[in-house]
Amino acid sequence: MTAEPQTILEVEGLRKWFPISRGLLRRVVGHVRAVDDVTFSIKHGETLSLVGESGCGKTTTSRCILRALTPTDGAIRFRTETGEQVDVAKLPKAGLRPLRRQMQMIFQDPFSSLNPRMTITDIIAEPLLVNGVRDLETRRRRVRELLDLVQLPAAYMNRFPHAFSGGQRQRIGIARALALNPALIVADEPVSALDVSVQAQVVNLLLDLQDRLGLSYLFVAHDLSVVKHVSDRVAVMYVGKIVELAPTADLFTRPRHPYTEALLSAVPVPDPRRRTGRIVPLGEVADPANPPSGCHFHPRCRYAVERCRVEIPALRPMADDHLARCHLAEELNLAGVQEGHPPATT
Amino acid sequence: MSAAISTAAAPVTTAAEEKVAVATQLQLTWWRFRRHKVAVASGVIVLFFYLVAVLADFLATNDPYATLAARSYIPPQEIHWFDADGSFRPHVFALEGKRDMKTFRLVYVADPEDKRYLELFVDGYPYRLLGLFETNLHLLGLDRGAPEEALFLLGTDQLGRDFWSRLVLATRTSLFIGLAGVAISLFLGVLLGGISGMYGGWIDTVIQRVIEILRSIPTIPLWMGLAAALPATWSVLQVYLAITVIISLIGWTELARVVRGRFLSLREEDFVMAAELAGASQLRIIFRHMVPSFLSHIIAAVSLALPAMIISETTLSFLGLGLRPPAISWGVLLQDAQNIQALAIAPWLLMAAIPVIVVILAFNFLGDGLRDAADPYG
Repeated sequence: MTAEPQTILEVEGLRKWFPISRGLLRRVVGHVRAVDDVTFSIKHGETLSLVGESGCGKTTTSRCILRALTPTDGAIRFRTETGEQVDVAKLPKAGLRPLRRQMQMIFQDPFSSLNPRMTITDIIAEPLLVNGVRDLETRRRRVRELLDLVQLPAAYMNRFPHAFSGGQRQRIGIARALALNPALIVADEPVSALDVSVQAQVVNLLLDLQDRLGLSYLFVAHDLSVVKHVSDRVAVMYVGKIVELAPTADLFTRPRHPYTEALLSAVPVPDPRRRTGRIVPLGEVADPANPPSGCHFHPRCRYAVERCRVEIPALRPMADDHLARCHLAEELNLAGVQEGHPPATT
Repeated sequence: MSAAISTAAAPVTTAAEEKVAVATQLQLTWWRFRRHKVAVASGVIVLFFYLVAVLADFLATNDPYATLAARSYIPPQEIHWFDADGSFRPHVFALEGKRDMKTFRLVYVADPEDKRYLELFVDGYPYRLLGLFETNLHLLGLDRGAPEEALFLLGTDQLGRDFWSRLVLATRTSLFIGLAGVAISLFLGVLLGGISGMYGGWIDTVIQRVIEILRSIPTIPLWMGLAAALPATWSVLQVYLAITVIISLIGWTELARVVRGRFLSLREEDFVMAAELAGASQLRIIFRHMVPSFLSHIIAAVSLALPAMIISETTLSFLGLGLRPPAISWGVLLQDAQNIQALAIAPWLLMAAIPVIVVILAFNFLGDGLRDAADPYG
């Protein structure tokens, strides 16, 4: 790794609007603003976490970056192995193939992400096969290597996915993602479908692989204790927008957005004697097809003032690398997570 | 992170576990299907019927087309298993037709003195086995006798044709018209359903509306119209093909919906997306990932579509809209049993309904079993 890590991915003004069509003629009557003006970057070897409630657009963002979805607007600049920047968002479908090998995905559901009709070898070797590794023995050697890397016995090569547990399946998914030696891995809730004990193993495996292979991660999650453990920086999303982006320790100890404060207060503390002051936001998550005026969070925010109802706040820089989208960010003194309580996954 | 528990430790598995672990989809399905006893029995019955259909001419005892006024409406013959001396020699008594002078009906009287012994592998009318080999060998027959004194296991119809032989040949027609119909439906269904599910958009809307319109037309009037449009000069074979096409016109819609549904749900599966992200081509995704995933569903759908086809043919022919004599099918045979006169005099003609019921039930149980077994993960 170089002394000054370069950015591997720059996302700028990313938008993904899904049209809502009604009637016989399928007239477009509105849009679901799943992702609305998202900007962030990931450095080489860094882990950026994307957190938020269900439906806040974090999965859509990750799928746009991999171009499983075509963004409505915005730029996704990916730095290739050769050092040049390519805008993934504007590339034609055919031009994506060489890029596909450099960014890969780990899926949330270890059961639906592996084809039940294929053996483990076939599953892990598929990226190799479709990218021109024709020789069977080469592929099998690489599969053995990868299985070793994710700590699965090579003796399992000829088994089918049904013979594995959730955690083992997730390891197989990781092996497949690593097959082509990617630089960036988008992990869409990679551990949220697993048992807590298995979560720890998989999370630690991911960190271990990052160390060894110099991977960059975009880590989509909703479990903050996992996020705290793995990420260098965290971006909090609410109704398609990033509301706060900060280095992990900073964000956890001193959040600058009321929504982040509410999320942090919901993290369970593993101590039965401790009473937690959980902050429950009023009402429901806003509808991304019809977001509230002004700050999208204002109907649920306990600090909201008149200005929040009319004026949309910008994502403004606070102290040291800390961005927040709140009019009152400087004035409020929001509660973070008390130290001394290590997250459950360590 | 060095604390990660290594799962790479030597695996301890029994031979049985290992067998399951490397079992293919087909094996798992078969193991599960085998546990469904009724379905297995039904499968055997269905196979038996198709065997009968293939060997129809060999199993027939008389020429199914040979008419003879002198043996009209012979009731099913009683087989006597043991000879007078107690030895096992199946035989029938020779029949003598006499006119009842009150009713003018032919009455058949058995003559216990004149025994006709049953024999295996006898010579009879010539036919082509499997459509290939010219032969006149038949499984069962009598050792001697004039044509009118032949073996009539299930009696004869009004024209004196042997009902057993006709029933066996009808089985062939009815079972294979189902196969041909399903083959056409399957082709149309998979093609149109696949396009519909894969591409979506307006093409999906058009195909779905066509399916809805086709399904909303009452089938019997539609078939009546189409069958009436068949030229009367067409040969039996041409009519047979035309009827198949007419029946499968409705049949494909069901399959198309199944296939479309599978495509729609599979398109959203993560493993399909993983293949896409790996850079796999569209063709590879369809044929390596999607088709194997719903092949088992197609097999199950086909085994449920076949009885529907068979019933359709029987219904059409029974109503006089499908196959017409001289073709022989279950529907044509049942047509003979339509009037009360025939039933009063020759109730055995109703026996044509038995294989229909048995085959349809067996197919349904088999289809159910296959459907349950097809998805070992569900």
